[in-house]
Amino acid sequence: MKVLKEAIAGTLESSDLLVKVAPSEKETLDIVIKSEVIKQFGKQIRRVVTETLGKLSVSAGSIVIEDKGALDCVIQARVQAAVLRGCGSEDIDWRRLS
Amino acid sequence: MSITSSRKQTQEPALEGLPRFAGANAETPYLGSPETKLHRKLCSSLEEAVKRSGLKDGMTISFHHAFREGDKVVNTVVDTLARLGFKNLTLASSSLLNCHDPLVDHIKAGVITQVYTSGLRGRLAEAVSNGLMKRPVQIHSHGGRVHLLQTGELAIDVAFLGVACCDEFGNANGSHGKLNCGSLGYAKVDAQFARQVVLLTEEVVAFPNPTISISQDRVDWIVKLDEVGDSSKISVGAARVTKNPRDLLIARHAANVIEHSGYFNDGFSMQTGSGAASTAATRFLEERMTRKGIKASFALGGITGGIADLHKKGLIRTVVDVQSFDGDAAESLRTSRGHLEISANEYANPTSKAAFVDRVNVVILSALEIDLDFNVNVITGSDGVMRGASGGHCDVAAAADLTIIVAPLVRSRIPTVVRRVTTLLTPGESVDVLVTDHGIAVNPKRPEVEQRLREARLPVVAIEDLHRRAVALTGEPEPLEFEERIIGIVRYRDGSVIDVVRQVKN
Amino acid sequence: MKLRRSMLFVPGDNAAMLSTSFVFKPDSIMFDLEDAVSPREKDSARLMVFQALRHPAYCEIEKVVRVNELNTEFGAKDLEAAVRGGADIVRLPKTESAEEIRALDGRVATIEQECGRPSGDTKIMAAVESASGVVNAVSIATASPRMVAIALAGFDYLVDMHAKRSDGWEPELFYARAAVLHAARAAHIDAFDVAYGNVTDDEGFLREVGIAKQLGFNGKSLIHPKQIELLHKAYAPTDAEVNHARRVIAAAEEARRKGLGVISLDGKMIDPPVIEEAHMTLELAQAA
Repeated sequence: MKVLKEAIAGTLESSDLLVKVAPSEKETLDIVIKSEVIKQFGKQIRRVVTETLGKLSVSAGSIVIEDKGALDCVIQARVQAAVLRGCGSEDIDWRRLS
Repeated sequence: MSITSSRKQTQEPALEGLPRFAGANAETPYLGSPETKLHRKLCSSLEEAVKRSGLKDGMTISFHHAFREGDKVVNTVVDTLARLGFKNLTLASSSLLNCHDPLVDHIKAGVITQVYTSGLRGRLAEAVSNGLMKRPVQIHSHGGRVHLLQTGELAIDVAFLGVACCDEFGNANGSHGKLNCGSLGYAKVDAQFARQVVLLTEEVVAFPNPTISISQDRVDWIVKLDEVGDSSKISVGAARVTKNPRDLLIARHAANVIEHSGYFNDGFSMQTGSGAASTAATRFLEERMTRKGIKASFALGGITGGIADLHKKGLIRTVVDVQSFDGDAAESLRTSRGHLEISANEYANPTSKAAFVDRVNVVILSALEIDLDFNVNVITGSDGVMRGASGGHCDVAAAADLTIIVAPLVRSRIPTVVRRVTTLLTPGESVDVLVTDHGIAVNPKRPEVEQRLREARLPVVAIEDLHRRAVALTGEPEPLEFEERIIGIVRYRDGSVIDVVRQVKN
Repeated sequence: MKLRRSMLFVPGDNAAMLSTSFVFKPDSIMFDLEDAVSPREKDSARLMVFQALRHPAYCEIEKVVRVNELNTEFGAKDLEAAVRGGADIVRLPKTESAEEIRALDGRVATIEQECGRPSGDTKIMAAVESASGVVNAVSIATASPRMVAIALAGFDYLVDMHAKRSDGWEPELFYARAAVLHAARAAHIDAFDVAYGNVTDDEGFLREVGIAKQLGFNGKSLIHPKQIELLHKAYAPTDAEVNHARRVIAAAEEARRKGLGVISLDGKMIDPPVIEEAHMTLELAQAA
């Protein structure tokens, strides 16, 4: 999947996260994570985000995460939502979302 | 011929070393004039009081925190001392709150170089955890502070005590006046132990003040200021019972635990913390008390409006108050004969001749972390910053018959049940039951309590199970990293060092 | 027999609630993609619910997903998320005819096949929210073997009826409640009473629960976790009822052992439905 436009998903409420995706000029994947629990779960969050993007075959784009202590399942969902909005895609391959 | 009128230097061996009479007012010259007799303690300014107290560099000053976030005493006094050029002072406050952020600058400037406190918050906590102070902060419990005063490790040179009102001789209370804060439980101790006591007040009343919490016989100087505290932040209304369904669920479980613990009998005694779940538990307990016709002989604390309400309803006979958390509790202290004010020494000092915590049957406390051995951390947050307070936690936990910790299993993504606490404040041997929204764990050293709860069909599980559930939800957290440098020393109630807090790594 | 006393509504786009609602242990949890979620957020909520359905914390609770109506742009995708995510039940809002249920059944069957879920595994429940729905309740309830429950949704129904809401709602809802209940009983499925909107009024809630229980509703739609405990307690049988149930079951046991065709207790004959009711009573008592 290719990120074609800027998109946001999620909120800054407790236990949620705000995900901003944007297309990248260079063909790189740039992930910035800000989190309330960065010390204890920073690595884990990055892993989940990277995995989720990988399953959607997103190899380029700028991803900015502002996390308020969300569980992995919420992180997955919000990243998926932002990417789908950023791709302008209506079709979902559900197997890529598991 | 009188012994004193003789002009000869008669050597009477029996009188060796004894001073001879030198006039009716030889030792009390202030009785010589009406001005000094009556008004000698009144200082025209804080600066004057400081001068008269004999405060010097390197000495120890103290404060109490009964004014909570409405306190202006600490900042006003330390600002003044800074302006006067004081350095290297030890600041001993019964606790420090968000409003005390300005201390950061004074510490940087070297006005304060050592701190004794029960807790830290806000910018001060952040700064301390990031290495602000050369000497580690000493964190003590409420009872433990009195013990340190008794052993002499903490020796207060000048206590600056904010009071709601006092007369010109220093008879003072916290319960009458605009800055009605209720109990002066911590201030009473400072007044007892400090070499010099300075009262700060907005209201000087006619002599004698009819309600005396701090007596004139312990007061040296009085300063009347325009602003000693912010009454809007002191006399807040009692916190409404939380609407958060998770806190209510935990509170209900806690009340069930008490009901079936074996300690829920007519005349039982209790204490609750001020957290949301603890306050809500009081309401659920009320239902059960009414239903079963059980009345409490006394409630101890840290008193909230909720407790004061049960007292008014006749469900709690006596309220024993070392600190009033809100305006309703303060009002109850003022108006009810069954609402007693006690000092921190009477409250929780392990080496006082008797402490009220010793008589508590059931206590509900909160925790930031609790580990598989039931050890509790209330002072280091998930980011490793030393923010929070020891308070009376380890005091009452050690003494009460049944110590119940209430906490959500997971706070957002932070697990409450951990393998090992980041900082140990209350040892597991003092903790009996953990109540979370996922279930109840009982310390294995209380098998009879566990049996009673299981028979009552309460959701009892092993604490290891709770830990597994927490990790299943959040994932296994990376251990926090710290520098070598110690920035906080946690003192158990008996003065011993139970843990240390190191500087956060960034 | 699956107990369905409490069905807790959880908005599908609320991260905090999705992350914690399992602690309240309702009999069923309903993740809502319909009225609780704004149109702009329906895509994100759908993904949240998909993940929540698959979360181990929810594996022990019956999971319901309220999808958007199938004639909207959202309905079809909601269905994909619900069935593929493993929802136990799909709840169709604003059901008006048996045809809608049959269409839903067909779509669900297709998705089950595509994703490898056992055929028939996904159940359906209908929410009836209008005059047409009430009038067609029996045909709706019997429209598909997947149907396990039918619920009455009060607010929309009253608006459709041009009825005035009174405190207690009894006359205005009587026919609808009766119709839904009869449909449920004729189809041998569960019936759910209306949601109670005033979360601060426990007394009013319990009054309505009393009515629902009296009429025979299996359970109620709930919009706040604190209603769960209140409901379960109200539905718990009294000690007298429990004792009687035990005696009925004991009498049936004894008759069976003695090979007797007729079971009697206290001089009265005990029919099979009475024995079934006794078992239900004990189950309710156990769960309270």
